[in-house]
Amino acid sequence: MALAAALGAVCLVAAGAQSAAPKDLLNKPAPGFSLKTLDGRPLSLAQLRGKVVLLNFWATWCAPCEIEMPVFAGWQGRYGPQGLQIIGISMDDDSALARRAVDRLKLNYPVAMGTARLGANYGGVLGLPLTFLIDRRGVIRARFQGETDLHAIEKQVEAMLAQAANSQTR
Amino acid sequence: MISGLISKTTAAVVAVASLCFVFAAAHATAQWAAPAPASASTIPNAQLIQAEDLSRLLKASSAEKPLILQVGSRMMFAQAHIPGSEYVGPGSQSEGTQQLRGRVAKLAHSQFIVLYCGCCPWSRCPNVGPAYDLLRQMGFTNVKVLYLPNNFGADWASKGYPVASGQ
Repeated sequence: MALAAALGAVCLVAAGAQSAAPKDLLNKPAPGFSLKTLDGRPLSLAQLRGKVVLLNFWATWCAPCEIEMPVFAGWQGRYGPQGLQIIGISMDDDSALARRAVDRLKLNYPVAMGTARLGANYGGVLGLPLTFLIDRRGVIRARFQGETDLHAIEKQVEAMLAQAANSQTR
Repeated sequence: MISGLISKTTAAVVAVASLCFVFAAAHATAQWAAPAPASASTIPNAQLIQAEDLSRLLKASSAEKPLILQVGSRMMFAQAHIPGSEYVGPGSQSEGTQQLRGRVAKLAHSQFIVLYCGCCPWSRCPNVGPAYDLLRQMGFTNVKVLYLPNNFGADWASKGYPVASGQ
């Protein structure tokens, strides 16, 4: 009887489709990637060790994304000297669309095309916008999904930049 | 004096003709331009299906199973989608509506179809509205749209409903 129940359970597990929840990436090392930007330059997360990275997944059909990105470009200008590096990952199917958006929005940070694998590595990019904050040691410290209070993200960026600066002066 | 009058008249006629040409060109462009995408909010509440209800429907052995079509992002579909669903998006682009039109062209208008996207917050989704409108215009009478208030990740995958990955 117990064997039958166990076999039944195994069959249920085998027959059912997998149920997916985003991986909990907070306070864990950010999954690495090596991509090419839209203008053909190499982009590697590992080479950004030492910077605070704002990794933003977006797409041209995502209206909230279009509101955020010019703000991020402002932050790149303001906080870049303190060590902030923003990276945009377009989840569009067509790089030409992404390229036009980058030009139109005058983005001043590297943008690359995303892949399903990259999305899966970051817990599944199953809704946009999606933004991660990665500290100077390469650890994910925050995740923002959907329309987010940009002031909250900015406060956290400032705190991470200040924290890193303080620890470097000790 | 008469020649001056003729010149002024000619100039006026040319100006009016130019204006007419400009308006005609604008009208023609408007006719051929893609229509403004219908917001997801224009879909009648009666045509929405909640995630819990769709999940229950998919599990029930006796219930009529819908044809489930994802009309959003191919990249997101590849990462995770409702098992058995097909990608025919994006609904906001002409390539996507052509795909959708082609997929359903030979189906009976009474076919039970469920559309979904989940790319971004419901009120911002550019895809489900146009896709729903297209099916209604084609005469389909049994179309529901999966209501995902935030996105597919938060409202389906994270809630433990079944997902499959791959193209």
